[in-house]
Amino acid sequence: MSDVAVHEADHGTHGHTTTTGLSNNKIAMWLFLGSECLLFGGLISTYMLYRGRVSEGPRPGNVFDIPFTSVSSFILLMSSLTMVLAVSAAQNRDDRGTTLWLTITALLGATFVGGQVYEFTAMYNEGLGFTTSLFGSSFYTLTGFHGVHVTVGIIMLMSVVGIIKRSTIPGDKAEVVELVGLYWHFVDVIWIIIFTLVYLIPA
Amino acid sequence: MAIIERPATAGGVEIAPPATPSRAQGGFKRPVATTGWKSWLFTVDHKKLGIMYGVMAMFFFIVGGIEAVLIRLQLAAPEGKVLSASVYNQMFTMHATTMVFLFVMPMAAAFANYFIPLQIGARDVAFPRMNAFGFWCVLGGGIFINLSWFLGGAADGGWFMYAPNSGPIFSPSHGVDFWTLGLQITGIASLTGAINLIVTVLNMRAPGMSLMKMPVFTWLQLVVQFLLLFAVPVITVALFLLSFQRNFGATFFDVSAGADPLLWQHLFWIFGHPEVYILILPSFGIISEVLPVFSKKPLFGYPFVVFSGAAIGFVGWGVWAHHMFASGLGPVSVAVFSISTMAIAIPTGVKIVNWTLTLWGGKLRFTAAMHFAVGLIVLFTIGGLSGVTHSVAPSDTQQTDTYYIVAHFHYVLFGGAVFGLFSGFYYWWPKMFGKTLNEKLGKANFWLMVIGMNMTFGPMHILGLQGQPRRMYQWTEARAGEGFFNLAFWNQIASIGSLILVVGVLLFLINVVKTARSKELAPLDPWDSRTLEWMTSSPPKEHNFDVIPTVHHLDEFFHRKYQQDPVTHEYKQIATAEEILADQEAHADKHIHMPSPSYWPIVLAATLPIITTGVIYSIPVAIVGGIFLVLAMFGWALEPSTAPETDFDPPAAGESTKELAPLV
Amino acid sequence: MTAATETHTEHDHSHDDHAQHGMSNAGYIRIALILAAMTALEVSTYYVDFGALFMPVLIILMVVKFFIVVSYFMHLKFDNKLFSFCFYAGLFLAVMVYVIALATFKFFAA
Ligand code: HEM
Ligand SMILES: [Cu+2]
Repeated sequence: MSDVAVHEADHGTHGHTTTTGLSNNKIAMWLFLGSECLLFGGLISTYMLYRGRVSEGPRPGNVFDIPFTSVSSFILLMSSLTMVLAVSAAQNRDDRGTTLWLTITALLGATFVGGQVYEFTAMYNEGLGFTTSLFGSSFYTLTGFHGVHVTVGIIMLMSVVGIIKRSTIPGDKAEVVELVGLYWHFVDVIWIIIFTLVYLIPA
Repeated sequence: MAIIERPATAGGVEIAPPATPSRAQGGFKRPVATTGWKSWLFTVDHKKLGIMYGVMAMFFFIVGGIEAVLIRLQLAAPEGKVLSASVYNQMFTMHATTMVFLFVMPMAAAFANYFIPLQIGARDVAFPRMNAFGFWCVLGGGIFINLSWFLGGAADGGWFMYAPNSGPIFSPSHGVDFWTLGLQITGIASLTGAINLIVTVLNMRAPGMSLMKMPVFTWLQLVVQFLLLFAVPVITVALFLLSFQRNFGATFFDVSAGADPLLWQHLFWIFGHPEVYILILPSFGIISEVLPVFSKKPLFGYPFVVFSGAAIGFVGWGVWAHHMFASGLGPVSVAVFSISTMAIAIPTGVKIVNWTLTLWGGKLRFTAAMHFAVGLIVLFTIGGLSGVTHSVAPSDTQQTDTYYIVAHFHYVLFGGAVFGLFSGFYYWWPKMFGKTLNEKLGKANFWLMVIGMNMTFGPMHILGLQGQPRRMYQWTEARAGEGFFNLAFWNQIASIGSLILVVGVLLFLINVVKTARSKELAPLDPWDSRTLEWMTSSPPKEHNFDVIPTVHHLDEFFHRKYQQDPVTHEYKQIATAEEILADQEAHADKHIHMPSPSYWPIVLAATLPIITTGVIYSIPVAIVGGIFLVLAMFGWALEPSTAPETDFDPPAAGESTKELAPLV
Repeated sequence: MTAATETHTEHDHSHDDHAQHGMSNAGYIRIALILAAMTALEVSTYYVDFGALFMPVLIILMVVKFFIVVSYFMHLKFDNKLFSFCFYAGLFLAVMVYVIALATFKFFAA
């Protein structure tokens, strides 16, 4: 539901006073991210509980391609840098810089998702389907949810680029970029956890 | 609902209809109707939405009530033939689901929506369109869940839907699918609603209203919204896992595939225990408003009520496994959760003490609202005490899955949550509709409900301790036993009691109709109330307050009406509500921008049941629904929440515009 | 009331200052380099045997990376405490309930 919150952002609280002096949209985004912690926590716990339960098909150690995933994790991590540069450009009212960095962020994100698609295909070919084992189901559910979050993030990034193209970027547009940024970084930190708990620490 | 109002005179603010709604960037022209059904369908006004929530919740209360009565009719006689075993399972599952998710939660949301902005001196919530979206989601989700009755049978796994009962083998109909996906939709509403109301409370308070000057109802609702914010995602995970198992062949809860069914239990109850506080705290908030007003005293120990509310909200996260004492958790877990559960009784006890001391020495006025409030204290305490008996694991092992549990949670849910909501109806009706509910009928309503509820649920303690299991669809004469503890006798009493309850609720509905027909208008401040929502007309104007009040006190409205004599320390009336209102109208703000109605909330919400239907019957439909969803989100995002100045008639020419406090 | 128009200008003004209370672009790049180095160290555990340190190193690196991104890239360190509360409340509850739940499954016993 981030989208609802973010989309409200369009028409930010610019020019209004609030009790705390903070933006409604930004509080809303942080609340949403706090809530997402419990969502991903549940999915990660499910995976942790089930990763060793393989009645059939490959075990975690057999299907993970650590060098490959390390590269795609690194790409996602660096997209956080480009995102933060976009936010910084937006706050300096630098439309071109903002658009540029947002686009790069989206591309890095897309590379990550592409990598995930490749990884899923490879795993599937090695015999790990969604219903093969509890390991498979919980792995695909967790990483799939994360992938969907990244995809939603890419769509939001591209939409913001569109919005900026159509008009200049005064005050509250910078806030939109900032909010999308928060969401993007959050998706990144979730991957930091997944990368370690799922990939690097074997069952 | 108007897009904007221009004050015609210095006095009351008059509503001028908008003349030229421009084609918003969102795709549709904005809806502009200020009357008729369109003004309701596309409204973003928190008061209209509050009423809509209320009407919907009342409807589902009736549905859930009918289901309850059918259950009791089935158990009224040995070898009942009213329901088959399978329909009985569906009946108690849907009864509980309806009561919890479609009655108590939306009704609490009705009060929250209507009164939080008024109590904090705001003109609307922080995200008005999101508010409307939430309502349509609950409605859509509620209808969706209930559609299963007509499409092969409703969910039948009990309201906590334990695995493996909820799996495809034991629940082959689509009932559980409807249940899972429907709750997913209402969950979205809870989440957006929670974010919206938290931001509203944190950020839209009138000047001077610090957190510790906030009315208790708003405070406890704030706690509730935080609980929702963090509890809903947990059930979301559980529901997704269950859907993936049922619809896409995963085996998350299938023991034969090596799964652990306790995973479901944990996820459900990590959500489920905060959920019971989500159900009860709004009612605690309501009676914390009602008791002081009808005792003519401030709430005793306001900070204690607030902090114990927050404490309940926090400790409520560490007790969930008391629902699983009989599941083989292991002695350490059982001991830990047993102790934490006993601990949570403390902040709850604090509240009961505070309410009692609020009554102590007060000038009590036993109105209908007050009856229900006092009724809550007594009945909830009974339920709370039987709850403490569950916290002791060995005794719970005897009680679990018997009617003793059914007795317990109906004392807290019916005697607690429902009585609080009824207290709210009687207290706030004049505010919402400008007419007071009939007090005589109200008291009859109260007494019938008290008698009915004790007759229905009181005997269940005995039934349970005698060993009658919950969810048992028939009892037989042969096994009913003899003498005082004869199960037949107490089952019959309970069934008669449920009919008395029905009459009680009917009296309420009659009261509503009667009041609506009556011409008699309520006085502006019928109860001599203390909080800001009473500092405006009844029903409130669309923009709530002509001037946003500046707050100096807890119970601001009271302090504007009464002043303490420096010598005698007695409170003397210095102004009436009418005078205060007249003063406000004289100084009314000019140019109040209200958020504009929108098609998008209902359009966006309507895409969700399409998706869920698709998940059950045909994936392409779900994909089409998903495309609509994305399109609707873009439409929503591109439409300014408050229509631009050029949409108004006459367009504001240069003069400074008084904008609303933050409206997005 | 004219208060609203006054705050208008105040607000616009504060927007200009906005960029300051974060970090400079060079600062962000430094942070990214640190994160990259930590990731490299993480990945190296796949190639080099860390023995008993394996688990603690990975967990610590994960936690530190998490908080670096949240504090600096997401500005929580510089922003209003209310934002921290909203987020950390969720994070804290998540860690608490799920760790306890996993503990009841004897997940950490092995
Ligand atoms: C109209 C008055 C009500 C009556 C007569 C009634 C009656 C019952 C009965 C007899 C059962 C037990 C069914 C069984 O175990 O076989 C039951 C279950 C239940 N009721 Fe009610 N009830 C009423 C109102 C409510 C309300 C207001 C709530 C909640 C807000 C509620 C929540 C529940 C729940 C959660 C269950 C457990 C269902 C399950 O076992 O899955 N009830 N009710
Ligand atoms: Cu509980």
